[in-house]
Amino acid sequence: MGNDFNKKDILSLKELDRDQIEHLLERAAEYKKEMPTDILQGKVLANCFFEPSTRTRLSFDVAMQRLGGTTVGFSSDRGLSVQKGETLHDTMKIMGQMADVIVLRHPLEGAARVAADATETVVINAGDGSNEHPTQTLLDLFSIQECQGKIDGLNIVFAGDLKHSRTIHSLIYALRYFDCRLFFVSPPELCLSDEICDLLRTFSMPFSFHTNIEEVMHKADILYVTRMQKERFSDAEQYERLKKSYRINTRMLECARKNLKILHPLPRQSEIALEVDESAFSYYFIQAENGVYIRSALLAMVLGL
Amino acid sequence: MSILEEKQLSVAAIKDGTVIDHLTTRSATRLAEVMRLHRYKKTVTLGLNLPSRSMGMKDLIKIEGFELSQREADQIALFSPQATIIIIRDFKVVKKQKVKMPTEVKNILHCANPKCITNFEPVRTHFYVERFGQSVELTCRFCEKRCLHDTV
Repeated sequence: MGNDFNKKDILSLKELDRDQIEHLLERAAEYKKEMPTDILQGKVLANCFFEPSTRTRLSFDVAMQRLGGTTVGFSSDRGLSVQKGETLHDTMKIMGQMADVIVLRHPLEGAARVAADATETVVINAGDGSNEHPTQTLLDLFSIQECQGKIDGLNIVFAGDLKHSRTIHSLIYALRYFDCRLFFVSPPELCLSDEICDLLRTFSMPFSFHTNIEEVMHKADILYVTRMQKERFSDAEQYERLKKSYRINTRMLECARKNLKILHPLPRQSEIALEVDESAFSYYFIQAENGVYIRSALLAMVLGL
Repeated sequence: MSILEEKQLSVAAIKDGTVIDHLTTRSATRLAEVMRLHRYKKTVTLGLNLPSRSMGMKDLIKIEGFELSQREADQIALFSPQATIIIIRDFKVVKKQKVKMPTEVKNILHCANPKCITNFEPVRTHFYVERFGQSVELTCRFCEKRCLHDTV
């Protein structure tokens, strides 16, 4: 199979088709079995993080280094020329002259597109505000495929803050290529936006809404849980009230299918009880580890390998 | 007095330039602002609430000594899809055509998303245009947010 990721900017899930996604997942699975070393020797990755990040930044670092490349970069805008008024366009143009691939996280939506316009160097979007975080979605798909052996035909339950979760919105976008039944569980205040519901209808994806997770737990192959995003609430009282409204514990999992796996993009707060970590259902730490493999595969492929 | 005679009285002829006719009411002022017509340094006349046989009432814009390009003219369709562009040379109509809805709009609208990078950095805005029946939806090329055209 040819490599149609060669020199391709990875800005949005909307720009990838099913074949491309499957090609990438296959490569990531190969790398998980045996990581090639030194294939990116001499290549430089610029990690440009204008916002804090733990897993994403470190997993790009680890991925690049395991493949033999080196990383440079920054993890906040402190000390950068941005503080002297330099535009993102200029900063990215210069970074592009120094590096072979740029990984960008920025608080403003659309920043990755501006970066890609500014430079010929490949840009990978590692999160632009609440818009897109494509590598998170790709590692989610990889984890679903890995733990269930397939993506088509699965029942996927999303629980938590569906309204504010960028991760869930992106994953829904990617799942339009697969034949899945979706269940959404949340308090009414944190339901999916009308825009996303319209998309689901446009994609003819079967879905339903529920307020009690126990209604659908016995049907789930995948339970995808997200945290309540405190920073998005203007009302602290509402946040505290809703935070307690759902919490996955082992009692709730008694009726679950044996093959159920629980995913979470992390960081976790109180939405999954610690006791669940020890159960056969938990998969979120493996999911986080998979970030290294999916990003390794992506780096190799966008750099032409 | 007939509508035609009344129209001729209220809208004086121009020697050379562009007339944007059949604008829906309340669109001329917004259009003049969004298209930054003042930048041409030409005489621009706005006609508001003019009588119209086909529309009842309409707005109209005349720009003297300047001919709009097809691309500029098509952007008018976002605000008034039934508008007509008339090019005048030496008091004669040399071209008259309806505007066509563009598929993309660059650098004339601002993104309504307050967190869009285009509202913070000197970036040329860029929207993809889709028409759904009577409504026009725009998608920002940068932040990917979709909105109805009258919110941008």
